[in-house]
Amino acid sequence: MIQLRIHGRGGQGVVALAEILAICAIREGKYAQAFPSFGPERRGAPVVSYCRVAEEPIYTREPVQQPDIVLVLDSTVLRVVDVLSGLKPNGKLVVNACESPEDLAREHGCENCLVATVDASGIALRNMGRDITNTAMMGALLKVETIVDPHNSAELIRTYFKDTSGKNVLSFWDAYRETQVADFSLR
Amino acid sequence: MSRREGLEISAACAEAVALADVDVIAAYPITPQTHIVEHLARKVADGLLDAEYILAESEHSAMSCCIGSSAAGARTFTATAGPGLALMSEMLFVASGLRLPVVMALVNRTLSSPLSIWGDQSDVMSVRDCGWIVFFAENGQEVFDMTIQAFRIAEDERVLFPAMVCLDGFHLSHLVEPVEILDREEVDSFLPPYNPKYRLDPHNPTTMGAFAPPEFFSEIKKRQDEELRSSYHVILEVWGEWEKRFGRSYAPLSQYRSEDAEVILLMAGAFAGTARLAIDRLREKGLRVGLASLKLWRPFPREYLVDALGRAEVVCVVDRALSVGGAGGPIANELRAAFHDVADCPRVVSFVAGLSGRDIMVEGFMEMMEKALSYARDEEMPYYEMYGVRE
Amino acid sequence: MSNLQGWKDINHACMVFHPGNASEYHTGDWRSMRPVIDREKCIKCRICWAFCPDAAVRIGENGEYHIDYDYCKGCGICAYECPREAIEMIEEC
Repeated sequence: MIQLRIHGRGGQGVVALAEILAICAIREGKYAQAFPSFGPERRGAPVVSYCRVAEEPIYTREPVQQPDIVLVLDSTVLRVVDVLSGLKPNGKLVVNACESPEDLAREHGCENCLVATVDASGIALRNMGRDITNTAMMGALLKVETIVDPHNSAELIRTYFKDTSGKNVLSFWDAYRETQVADFSLR
Repeated sequence: MSRREGLEISAACAEAVALADVDVIAAYPITPQTHIVEHLARKVADGLLDAEYILAESEHSAMSCCIGSSAAGARTFTATAGPGLALMSEMLFVASGLRLPVVMALVNRTLSSPLSIWGDQSDVMSVRDCGWIVFFAENGQEVFDMTIQAFRIAEDERVLFPAMVCLDGFHLSHLVEPVEILDREEVDSFLPPYNPKYRLDPHNPTTMGAFAPPEFFSEIKKRQDEELRSSYHVILEVWGEWEKRFGRSYAPLSQYRSEDAEVILLMAGAFAGTARLAIDRLREKGLRVGLASLKLWRPFPREYLVDALGRAEVVCVVDRALSVGGAGGPIANELRAAFHDVADCPRVVSFVAGLSGRDIMVEGFMEMMEKALSYARDEEMPYYEMYGVRE
Repeated sequence: MSNLQGWKDINHACMVFHPGNASEYHTGDWRSMRPVIDREKCIKCRICWAFCPDAAVRIGENGEYHIDYDYCKGCGICAYECPREAIEMIEEC
């Protein structure tokens, strides 16, 4: 089972990202669950969502406390939330940031994990004119861990978003190509 | 052919209601409402569902609309949650007394104060005696299945009671997971069109909701009570048919590793999924423990519970509702009452946990079960314990 | 103890299948004062007919007004409202 925790701010598509990943995995015949950190919707506030993907049925209803992968849709959240909390040894951290993964790891003291960065905001602004980064971050996620087939994911994104589907698919593939990875895992 | 789909459980519930070809949906859309009615409103607006969607001005009015439309012979649905149910409560008793087969999805949320929008089961427990059939779903598949079953059971001429399907607020209502969605033919083959035996009809006038003086009231309530109890047999019959048609079995309790268990954990709703993992961990430690997840709350399956749980030494009941000033969790208390004249019955240990959306982790369930074992051997067992509360 | 129905014989949901059967219940028994119409004074203005809470003022085929004493509870509203003081309340004997 792969467990993810997704950080961002209300309105950036944190919940939709978890949903798209889970729906895509389920369409591939896997088991998955996606859910937000429950509470009133608050645009701009730091929010969290969770996703689990597994080959067998998932029974737990706990929030993800020890994620294999942490996704950060907005790097300003790094200043206010301990996004590395509970990340498994040799886990993966994927951040929307302009810096290289090496610089980001140094700045935030990331050890024993793989770090990936991508300028998802730049990609989203370029393609959609809006700083909604979830589809770009989906591309970055699949670059570091093939949880689902990227082509299936792109196809789902095409149908999930009505008006902006083409632009979201562009963002997805741009980020998939542009994500930089630095591996600090202990082997 | 059914299809396996990843979708939010609220959407799965809405799909079930649409497949049931409901005639009237009446609801009030304030927080806490859910995506269930949002999905249904969209289906009606988009012409995908030929139903009347009534936007009521309160939950009291929403249930009043449901009573009217059901009395006129329409298949009727509503959904609400927490405080919405509380505002509806007067009319819940009316719907049952009038024997109208309204179906409701109740997204379980806590009741204020303090102000909270998170989930627990204090809402449904506050209307425990309203005379509805009450099911508890544990996952998305059960929400979908039970919603369709609820129409069939409620509308059966031997039943004619309103029915509610409880699903935990957020932990089920806002969660995406795989659900097997039946197709139109499959649902049609199971659920015939509603052909009401009694309805308001200008050509054949009848009076519903008549006044009853004291010399009749008790007899009327006695009949209501007896008939709600005997709906139990229809519920089992319908569940049996469901299993035959669609392969998924339902019973008043779903049990896991409980055959030889000394300690059985009993609870209702989504958290039983997490508890299941605690059972596995405790079994690995050599403890004989099992799980029973309650699916049917009304009619109360007393004999079934006594039979299924009676062999255990301890039943550890985890209630997600607090009976303030009472003698224990609501489910625990009813179980104690069920066992009151049973010789050598298990000790019932009552925990109240998971209030207002507070998560219960696997370790939490393990701790409660281990505590239950020690309480069972201790004469000083408290009426109940609020698990995990800070001193 | 009584000849009232037992719970098994009560109608489903306490429904009433013979609507209007309240007419079998003669509330006129409740009356201690009875209204009497003075036909000489009556101008057939329908005020009493409109105000009677029990619909116990009847208008006959020839337009004459009379009280249906099966249902008149003797409240006196008709007498109070009559603009010609054509209705008198007299004691029941």
